[in-house]
Amino acid sequence: MGNFLFELKEGLLISLRAIRANKIRSILTTLGIVIGIAAVVLMSTAVTGIDQSFQKGVSSLGSDNLYIDKWAWFNNDIPWWQMRNRRNLNMEEYERFKDLVKLPVAVAPSIWTNQTIKKGETSIEFMMVTGTTNEYLRTTNLNFNQGRFFNEIESKGARSVVVLGSEINKQLFPFGSAVGEEIELKGNKFKVVGVLEEQGSFVMGSFNPDNQVFVPIDAVFKFFQNESFRSITINVRAPNSQLVEDVKQEAIGAMRQVRGLKYYEADDFSINQQEGLLSEINKTIGVIQIAGFVITGLSLFVGAIGIMNIMFVSVKERTKEIGIRKAIGAKRRTILSQFLAESAIICLIGGVMGFFVAFLGTRIIEQYDFPVSLQYDAVVLAFVVSLLTGLISGFAPAYSAAKMDPVEALRYE
Amino acid sequence: MNLISIEHIAKIYDVGSEEVHALRDVSLTIEKNEYVAIMGPSGSGKSTLMNILGCLDTPSKGSYIFNGISVGDMDDNDLAKIRNKEIGFVFQTFNLLPRSDALHNVELPLIYAGMNSYERKERAREALAKVGLSDRVTHKPNELSGGQRQRVAIARALVTSPSIILADEPTGNLDTKTGEDIMALFSELHSTGNTIILVTHEEYIAEHAARIIRIRDGMIERDEYVEKRIIPSSNNHSLQ
Ligand SMILES: Nc1ncnc2c1ncn2[C@@H]1O[C@H](COP(=O)(O)OP(=O)(O)O)[C@@H](O)[C@H]1O
Ligand SMILES: [Mg+2]
Repeated sequence: MGNFLFELKEGLLISLRAIRANKIRSILTTLGIVIGIAAVVLMSTAVTGIDQSFQKGVSSLGSDNLYIDKWAWFNNDIPWWQMRNRRNLNMEEYERFKDLVKLPVAVAPSIWTNQTIKKGETSIEFMMVTGTTNEYLRTTNLNFNQGRFFNEIESKGARSVVVLGSEINKQLFPFGSAVGEEIELKGNKFKVVGVLEEQGSFVMGSFNPDNQVFVPIDAVFKFFQNESFRSITINVRAPNSQLVEDVKQEAIGAMRQVRGLKYYEADDFSINQQEGLLSEINKTIGVIQIAGFVITGLSLFVGAIGIMNIMFVSVKERTKEIGIRKAIGAKRRTILSQFLAESAIICLIGGVMGFFVAFLGTRIIEQYDFPVSLQYDAVVLAFVVSLLTGLISGFAPAYSAAKMDPVEALRYE
Repeated sequence: MNLISIEHIAKIYDVGSEEVHALRDVSLTIEKNEYVAIMGPSGSGKSTLMNILGCLDTPSKGSYIFNGISVGDMDDNDLAKIRNKEIGFVFQTFNLLPRSDALHNVELPLIYAGMNSYERKERAREALAKVGLSDRVTHKPNELSGGQRQRVAIARALVTSPSIILADEPTGNLDTKTGEDIMALFSELHSTGNTIILVTHEEYIAEHAARIIRIRDGMIERDEYVEKRIIPSSNNHSLQ
């Protein structure tokens, strides 16, 4: 063991000498690895970032929530056309449902419509407007930056009041407070009563509360679209996650009663949950991950081929040196470890540099609001991957050096 | 006991269709503290014989007993160990590591022997002093003259205190004067107890040895003691 450590140390020293002696070549060779490692690390930080962002976005829905909908969000059992033929959910059904269920903390209807929002010269097109009731707040985890949600009177009275998502607020009211100000939705004046806290979820797009505004659901029917035009969604919040299943069973029973379904008739509605979304998202992330690692793995592979190539050249060029070393007593494994150490060191240097490139890269990407997350395990990843690359790509050249015949090696000019 | 004993050694190279018999049936013994010259024209098999004696190469036929141990039974690792501890090579073209200074070149065999850094540097300095290069320790080969390079190579051969020093045409790349200095160094090393085998094609160089083995076409032609050895007079330390 002591002998092995000694040989390792001497092997490292000898390879450091060789690397220093061939600076330019070593630098060029390292470049391939730098790029490869930087790509791998960047990819892993991006995937981690996207994943975290997705999880955050989904958990903002709340794990205790159920969404009763005409459509199943993720469904492989019920054919699409069958769901299309279902009756729309309407407000009357919501009211009856609400009276039937006892377990939920809160029940709120919601409907979505895309409208243009205007404040002075600024306007945003195709912005998502969520129509709901005052109950909605209790079905979510949303917090307020300024003001409040609309109250029961405003909700029931279909008043022209609006709650802004943080991003919308930023665009319409870059300076000063929005509460009390008026904005225009499809030509109708709405008074801002509150601004939500930033959710900061990159992946939810227009579904992100940051990019939405909230108005009383009856105001949606009054100003934007006919009540029967689209199906509403009923948001149901369970008291805690243990009770979600009970709440779900109760909700199914209540909905069947509302719909007057016979025992042999199938449900003509769907109960959606965050879980389904999560598993779907995890599948997507998995695909991104695999694709990412295949692509970055390829660039690393190219780097590794470069190392192997240069190590073969190096071995060939130093044939005489290998002969000399063998003549004065270097064993096969000594030569092998010398060249392995050399390629490992080149790759490790490349790994360290690649890591710093990736580190700078994440700093730059962060500026563009793309989610990246450089974790401590990225350091380990860079270290392990570059070491392995060095050992694997260096092995064949090192082995060819180790098994050289000393007499022939000495004759080499 | 003989230091070296070879019997019916042959070395055959396969060169495509034909076979080259570099050595055919060579037998000889060499004792401790001998100074032997292997003489012969170019292509006669001298280097081949020396490589076999130095455990760099293995014979196609025959047996080789070194220090009482059969070399034919050794594996690659054992051969490397023997080369490291028991044999010191000196080559015609010096064969130093070009990018390493004299000290590192000389300490290299000690690295392979597993000696710690302090001790081996000490020993390498001693060896360099023995060949008169104390003031050239940090010089690289391209900063040294031919004669000085060969001295570094000799120091490297000496540093492990080997049983035998094998020199293949050590003066072949040197001018006459420098060659004589190197021969003086070998004579001195011999007089201080080293065993030396010297390969040369020059009669004058061979006559520095106590015994000359003449080979031709891979066979020993004659093996005799030198009547009038050349004993160099100079103290080589002053000549550099
Ligand atoms: N690797 C080899 N392959 C083929 N022939 C060789 C090889 N090495 C040496 N020989 C041949 O063996 C003979 C002896 O070579 P060598 O021992 O180098 O002679 P010397 O050192 O006496 O000049 C020569 O004819 C040479 O061509
Ligand atoms: Mg020769």
